[in-house]
Amino acid sequence: MARMATTQRVAVSTVAAWLVGFLIFFPILWMILASFKTELEAFAIPPSFLFFHWTTENYVTVQERSDYLHHAINSIIIAGGSTLIALLIAIPAAWSMAFSPTKRTKDVLLWMLSTKMMPAVGVLVPIYLIFRDFGLLDSLTGLVFILCLGNLPIVIWMLFTYFKEIPKDILEAARMDGATISRELIYVLTPMAVPGIASTLLLNLILAWNEAFWTLNLTTLHAAPLTVFIASYSSPEGLFWAKLSAASTLAIAPILVLGWFSQRQLVRGLTFGAVK
Amino acid sequence: MGQITLQEVQKSFGPVHIIKGANLNIADGSFVVFVGPSGCGKTTLLRLIAGLEDVTGGKILIDGKNVVDVPPAKRGLSMVFQSYALYPHMSVRGNIAFGLKMAGLAKTEINRKVEAAAATLNLSPYLDRKPRELSGGQRQRVAIGRAIVREPKAFLFDEPLSNLDAALRVQMRLEVTRLQKQLGTTAIYVTHDQVEAMTMADKIVVLNAGEIEQYGTPLELYEKPANLFVAGFIGSPKMNFISGEAAAKHGAATMGVRPEHLKIAREGEGWPGKILVAEHLGSDTFLYVDAGSIGTLTARYIGELNLSAGDRVALSPEPARIHRFDKDGKSLLA
Repeated sequence: MARMATTQRVAVSTVAAWLVGFLIFFPILWMILASFKTELEAFAIPPSFLFFHWTTENYVTVQERSDYLHHAINSIIIAGGSTLIALLIAIPAAWSMAFSPTKRTKDVLLWMLSTKMMPAVGVLVPIYLIFRDFGLLDSLTGLVFILCLGNLPIVIWMLFTYFKEIPKDILEAARMDGATISRELIYVLTPMAVPGIASTLLLNLILAWNEAFWTLNLTTLHAAPLTVFIASYSSPEGLFWAKLSAASTLAIAPILVLGWFSQRQLVRGLTFGAVK
Repeated sequence: MGQITLQEVQKSFGPVHIIKGANLNIADGSFVVFVGPSGCGKTTLLRLIAGLEDVTGGKILIDGKNVVDVPPAKRGLSMVFQSYALYPHMSVRGNIAFGLKMAGLAKTEINRKVEAAAATLNLSPYLDRKPRELSGGQRQRVAIGRAIVREPKAFLFDEPLSNLDAALRVQMRLEVTRLQKQLGTTAIYVTHDQVEAMTMADKIVVLNAGEIEQYGTPLELYEKPANLFVAGFIGSPKMNFISGEAAAKHGAATMGVRPEHLKIAREGEGWPGKILVAEHLGSDTFLYVDAGSIGTLTARYIGELNLSAGDRVALSPEPARIHRFDKDGKSLLA
């Protein structure tokens, strides 16, 4: 009896898990399906799920109308550049706060996080004016700069929580073993922190890749990443569902592949170091 | 050589005085145990010697040289931590070799020393395993291996056995003592367990509230405790303290009698009382006796004694074994 009840419970929870997973994935699936439909079928009601006229013409049109590669390269530069610079600043900052905390460390951390509590649109006008006066509008440098600053609090917080998990005893043991600070960093700290740094890097890469507010408002064409590429299909000549879907699919494909291969690191990143 | 001397060593964290002026002389090659209740400052004192904390005042001399401004790595000491603090990403070999690598020894020399240390500690089959693949006792041994391989002036042990189960703790206790005697290296060992202190130490430092209460051999502490604190802390079960009229008869404010120094009789001379609890261990019998105005007394009898709760007994102290203390708790040595 008990055994059957357990089997049933496992079956029910398995089905439920698949259902929830499918629900969450559905918008992406729908987008991919719509990208292979004709414009007419894409907004037909009732919608056809699988039985429609499959076509790749949207992908061809999107390629002809805009330069995917140009936007993709911009996305890589902006997401990669802002992430790397953020890590370079955040690693020493998080180290010092985790291993030599002062009375005010908690306050500093909270203060940094508080900058994320204000909606970005609140500072759009001043940032726009600063960018205009410094000649940073539609420039990769400007975007790397603003995205790096925007994500820095999250990066520092994540690294701080990871570094906090490293037992102080181990660093003291290294010190007793005769390691200098630089050797302690190279041989003990960094190898132990690699998983934390890797998941922070991945999560920040995804956040920066998908960031749309600043990229849409501060670029036109030269520095425009894939988010702008998608947006260009959503308004001027009316809505083109199928082409918009094709553009979106192309835009998320690289980051989706990256995410798929680094699932384990990402899960650790998303749980924010709370689960060991 | 590994002679360690503390002169008026003080440590404060803000307004809180953790160590209030410690003076101590640890002879080369001796095994000294710091013992005391939690929060008494024993671990802090060890960390001050290690250099992991800075002193607020005073001097720490290692072989006659003041080291208070010398970083931990340069003091020539090695430490075994309570949590073992092994490097999780390195193999057992890597862990033991780390200190030698930092010292810049040649590879062949490192290998020779690591293998010799591993052989001493029965770790040879595990050299290529990671710490997470080892049992608690094996991890402990790796931590000790890491300490001995560097041939330090002294070993510092910070409650190294407290994470092990009881049986393993007794075994490791013997191994650590044997190893220390074999190497002849000075050792300072911190514990809150007075049995560990009594069995391992050449000399014991009893600490209480940041002060050294007494420094002596285990038997000195047992036979001639300097004050009430040491008398109560050393020995198990705890010494009985009796004050009032009974103590005044012996010219003391408080008198102390160890449970094993109370004679137990069914009737006759002594303090009459009723047994509250009788514990029969086979080898010993422990009686907890309500002796009226004297208070509750603990008595120990070697061997089996056929008494049980509710029985009436008379307890009398062996006259030569009575400890007398003044009103400040200091010992009045006869």
